[in-house]
Order: sequence, then C-alpha cells, then structure tokens
Amino acid sequence: MDDKNPVIIEMKNITKTYIVGLEEVHALRGISLTVRKNEYIAVMGPSGSGKSTLMNIIGCLDTPTTGIYLFNGINVSDMDDNQLARIRNKEIGFVFQTFNLIPRSNALHNVELPLIYANVPKIERRERAKQALINVGLGDRMNHKPNELSGGQRQRVAIARALVNHPSIILADEPTGNLDSKTGEEIMQLFEELHKKGNTIILVTHEEYIAEHAKRIIRIRDGMIEADELVNHRKVYS
Amino acid sequence: MLNQLKEGLFISFNAILANKMRSFLTTLGIVIGVCSVVLMSTAIKGVDNSFQQGISSLGSDVLYIDKFAWFGNEEFWKMRNRPNITYEDYLKFKSLAKLPIAIAPQAISVRNVKFRERTAESIFITGSTDEYLATTNFTFKSGRFFNEIESEGGRDVAVLGYDVAENLFPNLEPVGMTVKIGGYSYQVIGVLNKQGSTLLGSFNPDKQVYVPIKSLFRHFGLNWRTITIVVRAPNSQLLEETKLEAEQIMRQVRRLKAYEEANFSINQQEGLTQIYKNTVGVIQIGGLLITGLSLFVGAIGIMNIMFVSVKERTREIGIRKAIGATKKIIMTQFLLESSIISLIGGLIGLFFAIILSYVINQFIPTSVQISAVVLAIFISFLTGIVSGIAPAWAAAKLDPVESLRYE
Repeated sequence: MDDKNPVIIEMKNITKTYIVGLEEVHALRGISLTVRKNEYIAVMGPSGSGKSTLMNIIGCLDTPTTGIYLFNGINVSDMDDNQLARIRNKEIGFVFQTFNLIPRSNALHNVELPLIYANVPKIERRERAKQALINVGLGDRMNHKPNELSGGQRQRVAIARALVNHPSIILADEPTGNLDSKTGEEIMQLFEELHKKGNTIILVTHEEYIAEHAKRIIRIRDGMIEADELVNHRKVYS
Repeated sequence: MLNQLKEGLFISFNAILANKMRSFLTTLGIVIGVCSVVLMSTAIKGVDNSFQQGISSLGSDVLYIDKFAWFGNEEFWKMRNRPNITYEDYLKFKSLAKLPIAIAPQAISVRNVKFRERTAESIFITGSTDEYLATTNFTFKSGRFFNEIESEGGRDVAVLGYDVAENLFPNLEPVGMTVKIGGYSYQVIGVLNKQGSTLLGSFNPDKQVYVPIKSLFRHFGLNWRTITIVVRAPNSQLLEETKLEAEQIMRQVRRLKAYEEANFSINQQEGLTQIYKNTVGVIQIGGLLITGLSLFVGAIGIMNIMFVSVKERTREIGIRKAIGATKKIIMTQFLLESSIISLIGGLIGLFFAIILSYVINQFIPTSVQISAVVLAIFISFLTGIVSGIAPAWAAAKLDPVESLRYE
C-alpha cells in the first residue's frame, strides 16, 4: 500500500449513540480510521457490530454523535442536510445489496440520475451515462427497466450509477448478497478492475472469501475496530 | 434547476400513469369544482347579458307611476287601500307635467290571441296611446305602431311582439291580417323586433300585444282597474328631476296635503337592477360555496393520495437522497406531482364545462369566458400546490437511512 497517496477519509474517535425508548444504544464507541486514495478495504463484522452504522456515517447518510470526520480534509460532522446531499452526490458512489434502482426508470435514466442532481447539462449527461453503462458491459441494455434485467445486470447498473459522477470513494454494502456465487464473482471481478483503474473502494461483507478480494480488512465488533490488517501480509496493524 | 424540474415532471407523469384509476378518482373533486366554477361564471354571464338586454328595452330613463311599489318595505295592505290610478289621473298628469318627453297610460289585460286555428294563450295585452312608443326603444320588424288617430279613436288595431308573431304566423306576413283577441277582431299593423329577455317573463315585450287603450277599455271594460302612467325623462341625467316633478304633480292631482303620505308609487328600472343584483349575488355566493366545498374535498383527496404515494415510495426517496437529492429537490418533485394531478383534474373539469356550456347556450345565449378558463387553471394549480405541501414536506424530511431500510 502506498502511504504517499492522499488521505480521503480521516475519522477520529467517532461515536454514535441512539436513543431507543429510554435506553441508550452505543452503536459506535470510538472509531478512528484513515482511508487513502486507491485503497480497497473490506469492513467485516457480525450483525449488530455497528458496521452498518459506520457505513452510513462514511457515506454521509448519517452524522456521528461525537468525533471528527474529515472527508478530503473537510469536516463533515457538522454539515447540514444540503451539504451532506452534495457530498453524497459528488464524492460517494453507493452500491447496495438490494441494488436500489428506481423501478419505473430504465437503466440509462437510473445512471443519469446523480448527474441530474449535479445539474450536468443534458447532452453531456447522456454521454457520460451511456459510457458508464458501456464500461460495466451493459451497452446493449440501456433502455431496459430494472425488472427486465437479471440480478447481476441490475448490480452492474447500480455500479455504473455509482461511478458516473467520478466519486472519491465507492461504498458497497454487501454487493453480492443477493446474487448467486458465479454472478457474485463477476461483480467482484468488476470491483477488481475498478480498483486497478485507481478507484477507492470500501466494501461491507460478512463473507470471508469476498473480503479476500480486498487489500485491507477492517473487523468491527461491539462498535469498535477489532482488527485492521493488510490481506497480503496478514499483519495486525492496530 | 431546469434539469431537476424536468426530472420532477418525468417522475410525476410516470407515477400518475402508473396509477391511472387512482389518480383519476383523486382528481374528481377538482373536476367537479372547476367544472362548477366555470359553468357558474358562464351561466351568470349569460343571465347578465340577457338582463342587460332586457333592461335596456325598458329604458333607463323611464318612470312608472303605479298604485303599488315594485320593491320596498311598504306594506301591501296599505298600498291595497290606495285609490286606483285612473285614466283621468293620467289626463290630468299629462296636462300638468312639463319635463317628460313622453307620457303614456298603460293598462294590461290577459287574453288569448287567435289566428285561424293557432292560439297564443294568456298573452299580456297592453293598452296605451300612440305616445307609448316614445317611452320605449322599440324597433319594428315590419309595419308600425298605432298613430294618434287610431289611438284617440280606439280603433281595433294591434302591434304584435316578436314571439307572439312567430307563434301565430310561422310562415306568413302578419301585417294586414286579422287576429282575434279575447274574441274581438283586431287588424295587425306592426310586428316588433326581438327586444327583451326571457328574464322578464310575461313582461317581455316579445310576448306582448299592444293595442289602443280606448279599444281595450271598450272591449274588456277595464276602467275600474288601476293603470300605470309611463313617463320618459329627456335623459338619464334628468331622471331624478323628472321624478321629483312627477311626484309633485301626482300629489296635486290627488289633492294631497303636505303632511299626507303619497298614495301612489313611482317605480323605475333601477329597483329592478338592484333586485337583480341581489339575486345574482346570492346565487354567486351559493355557487362559490359549492365550488369552494368541492375544491376543498378535492384538495383533501389529493393530500390523502399524496401521503399514500410518499409512503409507498419511501424507499425510492431514500435512494434519491443517497445519490444526492436535496430536501428541496424531493419537495419540488412531490409538489409537481400534486399540482399536475390537480391541473389534469382542472383540465378535465374545463372540458366538461365547455361541453355543458353549449347546453346552457340553448337556453341563455352565452359562452365560456377566457377569464374563467384562466381562473380555472390557476385555481386547480393552486389547489394542487396547497394540498401537496404537507405530503411533500413529509417526504423531504425523511431520514435517508431509515427510508433505505423501508420495505
């Protein structure tokens, strides 16, 4: 791993506390984490470990209760809703387990959507969305609606949508969870390629063999980082 | 921003088309509301036109000296005890009055009018003098009004209103023919052009027959009944002055002392206009209430369906937020959707209103006003916006994490 790459994400002592009824639930209890450009990280942990909460905070869908979160050097912790929406739009590409495509829109329109919210002019938007779909191998499926596509194809549309705005990181939450193992492997190959092209990827999974694709594995338990290791070296860092 | 508006429109049409029946039922309240507001304004416009036309045939500078007041608070039994206005009153009044340009008596009898086997039933037969013509704005389709000689001599000649002539002489020139009025033969000497409005009922000149008053008295013996003295002022500006003079002269004719109440009434068309305005006002308020109510129900319907729509699309909203839609964008999207639903309702309502206005046109000549169309579109759009605010806000403030988890 090249330590000279610029830092994209820097988290210091992040906590997240929910109030459920009268009880306080500590989902995250002090997470510190640095992610550099072109890293490929898998976040692992049992359910209830807080990995989803961490992903939501990294993805700017949620804000931490305490702690500092710098995204490209900018403090995200105290941004308002509009600023967060802007970060999500420009800097983060989401890939979900359930694909989360807009059902009534065709593939092309689904991929165009982040560009619409980014106010990209129509002609450029079309071109970029088409190219993004071609890049994931769906050049011939642009006008199909999600229900006319297979699971793997849907996930490819979602990946094209995540990439179309050239985000700083791609955040994939169990991207193969709803796919058979062969298709899942194809999607993982796609992530491999994206990583080689210079993209930064954070992947949430609970499958060890999926996590093996990543270069660095972060294990979460009880709201804290249990282990942070490089896959090749098998060496515990923290 | 334009991009996002287009996207909003696209989403809205998609959503509406995906739920055609639901959208249509939702918009029904708006359809009815807009339809009724357009129809009402159209109908009132028609009634207005008709009334103005009718009222102008009466003349705005004409006074009617009567035993009874047309309108007002005077008690009927008091007025009933007044002496009748007689032909002699008319003669005395005429000899004293200086301002009016025309003074004529008017007596009315209701009779059947026959020509061969055709009968016009219960026609108002107005008896007057040749001067009556000058108190009206009548124009003639054919022939003429009776002259002084015919009037003074009480000749049996008749002038037919337009409708009466149409009725009795479908394909014949009436002038020169002889009709039977209440059994007596009258020679038709003139036919009026269409004058009045259906609003005036039997008082509409189109439905009347005019004969010399002396002929009317001779055949139908109406001397004992009260008559009306019709007085025309030189112009509308001198109407008040003419009215004051008429009052003075009538008091003189009736030999009333200064402290005595007048035992006659001087009526004018203005009273009619007032009554008309009041009536139309009430109809308008009623219509407005009905319209408002149906628009309100429509708005509630749209609000309801929009809440359902927001609930159904919680996950979609979560997705949109995750990929960068701001609160404003989500809000705009749902406001657009509700206003488009409402606008479609408005256009459907307008469509029905235009069709129905052709039906109304058969009874009262009228047409849909451009202002009503603009108003209808504006109202339906506004209703859509207003009813969409709460659901759109509910959608905008959804938490992205929660809504992405929503099944």
